[in-house]
Amino acid sequence: MIRYIRWCAYFCALLLVALLVNVARVQVWEAAGYGANPANKRPAIERYAEPRGDITVDGRPVTGSRDSRQLLRYERTYKNGPLYAPVTGFASQTYGTSFLERSEDAVLAGTDPALSAFPLWYELSRGRPGGGNAATTVRADMQLAAYTGLAGKRGAVAAVEPATGRILALVSSPSYDPAVLSGTGPKVKGAWEKLNADPARPMLNRALRETYPPGSTFKIVTAAAALDAGVVTDVDAPTRTPDPYPLPGTSTLLPNAGTGCADASMADAVQWSCNTVMAKIGVQIGLRGMTDAARRFGFNDGGLRVPAWVSRSNFDTDMSPDQLALSSIGQFNTTATPLQMAMVAAAVANGGELKAPYLVERTTQDDGDPVRRGDQRSLGRAMSPQTAARMQELMVKVVENGTGRNAAIPGAVVGGKTGTAQHGVGNAGTPYAWFISWAKPEGGRPPAVAVAVVVEDASAVRGDISGNGAAAPIARAVMEAGLSAP
Amino acid sequence: MTALTAKVAEPVPPPPPDARAPKRRGVELSLLAGAVLIAVLGHLHVGLTTTGHIPRPAAHYAAGLAGAALAAHLAVRLCAPYADPLLLPIAVLLNGLGLVLIQRLDATTPGHLTAGEQLRWSALGVALFVLVVGVLRDHRVLQKYAYLSVATALVLMLVPVFFPAVNGAHIWIRFAGLSFQPGEFAKILLAVFFAAYLAANRTALALTGRTLFWKLKLLPGRVLGPILAIWLLSVGVLVLERDLGTSLLFFGLFVIMLFTATGRIGWIAIGLLLAAVGAYAVGTFEPHVNSRVDDWLNPFASIERGEGPGQLAQSLFAFGAGGLLGAGLGHGQSFLIGFAAKSDFILATAGEELGLAGLTAILLLYGLLVARGFRAGLALRDPFGRLLATGLASIVALQVFVIAGGVTGLIPLTGMAMPFLAQGGSSVVTNWIIVALLVRLSDSARRPRPAEEAAA
Repeated sequence: MIRYIRWCAYFCALLLVALLVNVARVQVWEAAGYGANPANKRPAIERYAEPRGDITVDGRPVTGSRDSRQLLRYERTYKNGPLYAPVTGFASQTYGTSFLERSEDAVLAGTDPALSAFPLWYELSRGRPGGGNAATTVRADMQLAAYTGLAGKRGAVAAVEPATGRILALVSSPSYDPAVLSGTGPKVKGAWEKLNADPARPMLNRALRETYPPGSTFKIVTAAAALDAGVVTDVDAPTRTPDPYPLPGTSTLLPNAGTGCADASMADAVQWSCNTVMAKIGVQIGLRGMTDAARRFGFNDGGLRVPAWVSRSNFDTDMSPDQLALSSIGQFNTTATPLQMAMVAAAVANGGELKAPYLVERTTQDDGDPVRRGDQRSLGRAMSPQTAARMQELMVKVVENGTGRNAAIPGAVVGGKTGTAQHGVGNAGTPYAWFISWAKPEGGRPPAVAVAVVVEDASAVRGDISGNGAAAPIARAVMEAGLSAP
Repeated sequence: MTALTAKVAEPVPPPPPDARAPKRRGVELSLLAGAVLIAVLGHLHVGLTTTGHIPRPAAHYAAGLAGAALAAHLAVRLCAPYADPLLLPIAVLLNGLGLVLIQRLDATTPGHLTAGEQLRWSALGVALFVLVVGVLRDHRVLQKYAYLSVATALVLMLVPVFFPAVNGAHIWIRFAGLSFQPGEFAKILLAVFFAAYLAANRTALALTGRTLFWKLKLLPGRVLGPILAIWLLSVGVLVLERDLGTSLLFFGLFVIMLFTATGRIGWIAIGLLLAAVGAYAVGTFEPHVNSRVDDWLNPFASIERGEGPGQLAQSLFAFGAGGLLGAGLGHGQSFLIGFAAKSDFILATAGEELGLAGLTAILLLYGLLVARGFRAGLALRDPFGRLLATGLASIVALQVFVIAGGVTGLIPLTGMAMPFLAQGGSSVVTNWIIVALLVRLSDSARRPRPAEEAAA
């Protein structure tokens, strides 16, 4: 019997070995696959187990965390949610993240290895560092000025500091409160469905992600290209342009909104927004020259990140002369984001050098130790310094005694350009009112701010006057806030 | 060499009994202290990680566990002084770890607190341990109650049929707010009966019977009949109650004890073959079993169907999340497994929070417990004792294999309780009785023989 008991014991030992081998297989060999299974809730639970770091504006957090006592524990809260939604985006347990919440997610969620000086220690101690903070370049007063200026009308505002590229305001209207998307459950689902079904598209970030025909504001690009290319050497010389201007190769006549454009100089054409003159100049520059100029200003670049991804602004590279003529005045297939047009104004204000716009000044650990600094980068030279100086003069005239008088600020030098973009089939849509501008204090100090404003539901009055009427006052309010010391 | 031979040739005076067979009670006491310390530290750790402060009744808990361990130790010291010193500490450590894991799971399921209940059942288990060790002075007494045992076992197994099913199985008796699984007790009684019957009829079983062909002998029906009938009856009842795990356990127990008694491997092979056929038939045609086999073959099928992970998938996720060193006590998410996390799937929490390292340690503890049981069986001199020790050790081994293999996807899942670890009163009490019997058997095995017996 002894022998058989031994055999039984060996059999049980065999069972034990089988168990141990299988457990090792599951816990070591298969573990990674199980961890990556989308049905495994552990990564999500871990991700939301600690409060998320904050996004700050002027040093004050515009986000917060609420302990929901649910499985995905900490839910995001927002202070002034609709005001900062185009900057922060949302952070939702159900629908993921967007904008800064997405691009700075690793820091905010505390998973960025740079957050801890000793990543190995956290690995060993099974802990993780608290979520870090992201300080934005946005200025609260400018953001508020832009938001109240739009007053719920569909549109967007983008403001940048010309010398650095810091984005000072980024507003999209109408907006939404990202807080309604925090957490899980039918309430969040309902809010998501309602926001997506809203015809006003409140979740669309119009400042970064919507492209509009820039209309007459694009004439700044055309004028700068003309000066740089030597097509126009004397801005005050008559250009011998008929009014209306027959589009080359067609029998279509391009009219002007106002009078006095026949044979006008380029200076007058910018000041009074003459379509005919600028279209003709665009054709004279040629397709190659215009596409190069547009590219230098940032058009046709699909890789711009601030660090949230920015939609590509378009200037066609293959066009007939008549299409080029229309494109040179911001029509045809030319489209631009509000941020892109703010970059155009900023390049003029910054002496021709285009700075890469950025939204995150620095990221820090939860105790304030720096993780990364937002770096100022140059996107190259959009125009020569001489051209930039001339363009500044032309833009100042627009505000002082042209189509953009509503943007004038006493005690400051303001340059601007209005625009009214026709769109829709047969230009049937309500035109978009544009205004791009920059401002600097008097006395030769560097420009403080460059702004682009677009208002979708501009008054039905056609012509450049609507850019001045609907968009310029908003730009002025933002610039005034920008000129006052932060 | 010559000196050695010369020494052996000399008549050796018989040494005093105590020096010849060390009792090792001091070893047991220090191991017990270690086991209690580990459990108490685990208790404190769980409290700190889940609530942020030391649990309020920590002192009571530590005192209670130490008191229980001390009481059990005193019972062994007084009534079974030669018992194997490893059995009791292993039981205390496993029971203590189980309490820690249940307390940890209680923290994430606030509506369903069970640690206190488990603590009371554990106390009852230790009390029964003391009672068995104290009252049962010679295991051979049990031989006399073989038929009473089997009758009681059958009654206990039949009773739940008349109670409503819980989670698809008729294995529970709910009475006065307590739930109770009689099948747990039946397995000890059945082991006693098998051991007694086989010990009594061993010669007949081993040597008689007509030769079927070559060496394969047909066991005499007169001897094999009754035991086969009882086994079939119990397995039949279990199938009726849909208690898969226990029927598997009883089948394994029967085969192992029959083999130990007769040494006929051919019959084991035939038994296994029949069992395989039966298992295949049940697995194919019984929907309850069929679904579990499907789960085992493809644990992630429900995810692919868009229904989310099933229990086995969640269990595998938990083991995977543990990795080598585990997430740490209180840092896992094994509560995702759902309703059986504290009972059938308790091992997943151990795997997730203690890692492969901790899980291996726990499985080795069971291995050690089983090995010590077999060791007692080997050292015993009476066939009944040998068979009983083998049977009890096999019960523990099979149970650990079936449940651990089930939750880690090695074999299809069958509902059963991990000895000592899982939440469940009848299981804890039963396992304490098994350990008490093993203590008694090992005491008999290691006890120095009386002089006349040694001479004979």
